[in-house]
Amino acid sequence: MSIKTSTRQVGEITVVDLSGRITLGEGSTMLRDNIRDLLGRGQKKILLNLGDVTYIDSSGIGELVSGFTTVTNQGGQLKLLNLTKKVHDLLQITKLYTVFEVHNEEAAAVKSFT
Amino acid sequence: MLPDLHVYSVEVRSRIAPGENGSRDGRREKRVEMTFASSLDSVDKAEEEAVRFAEEAGFGEEDLQKVGMAVRESMVNAVLHGNQYDPEKQAAMRLELDHGKLIITITDQGNGFEEDRIPDPLSTENLLRQSGRGIFLIRAFMDEFHVRRLQPKGTEVRLIKYPAGETKEE
Repeated sequence: MSIKTSTRQVGEITVVDLSGRITLGEGSTMLRDNIRDLLGRGQKKILLNLGDVTYIDSSGIGELVSGFTTVTNQGGQLKLLNLTKKVHDLLQITKLYTVFEVHNEEAAAVKSFT
Repeated sequence: MLPDLHVYSVEVRSRIAPGENGSRDGRREKRVEMTFASSLDSVDKAEEEAVRFAEEAGFGEEDLQKVGMAVRESMVNAVLHGNQYDPEKQAAMRLELDHGKLIITITDQGNGFEEDRIPDPLSTENLLRQSGRGIFLIRAFMDEFHVRRLQPKGTEVRLIKYPAGETKEE
């Protein structure tokens, strides 16, 4: 069981709904490709909905960080939505919680993009 | 061709202690050893085996998640960074229960690494690096973590988890 992604557009914002495991291999590669595709299509306001992500390893965390820096360097914004306790705790102990903008409500998250 | 997972030795010992905790003491000591091919598939299998072992030993849900994650990170280090997916090399895992304490030993046949040369992933200059968090997470999730270089080649890591409520014996 690996990651599943689906993408939808809410105004200017691209919401990526992720479910499953973001781990070394298929999971982290798929996330990377997804973000790369969006940037290639000029979609630079990205909201990653992690509500159904059951597991992230250090490779998955690395992919989130890499996605964040790539999008930011291209003048875009990448934010996170609906962290599970497990993912929240992981971002806390790796000090990345302060790096990412994290939201619990989609409407508020969508509005927060500038 | 070598199978991905080969359990080559299983040893189970039980100790029945006198007193009121008899029902649990029967599973306080146990040992299982297995070897794995240097593949990504082995990482998943090792994680499953370790979690099942810890669950049977009575560890709770939160500890099982931590053990699973620590084993996953250690196995990635072994098969990817150590053995570099070399089909000629193997990774081995030993799962032990010693008086309720879970001891996981994972070895590879790679060139090894210097533990004190691993950059601190929490420092400002490393915070946005894509990699380098594996060992940090293992330390965060386990009660003890030890690294030993093997001769002539290879690395052994030992991960230890205490039963709930117990702390390191000094």
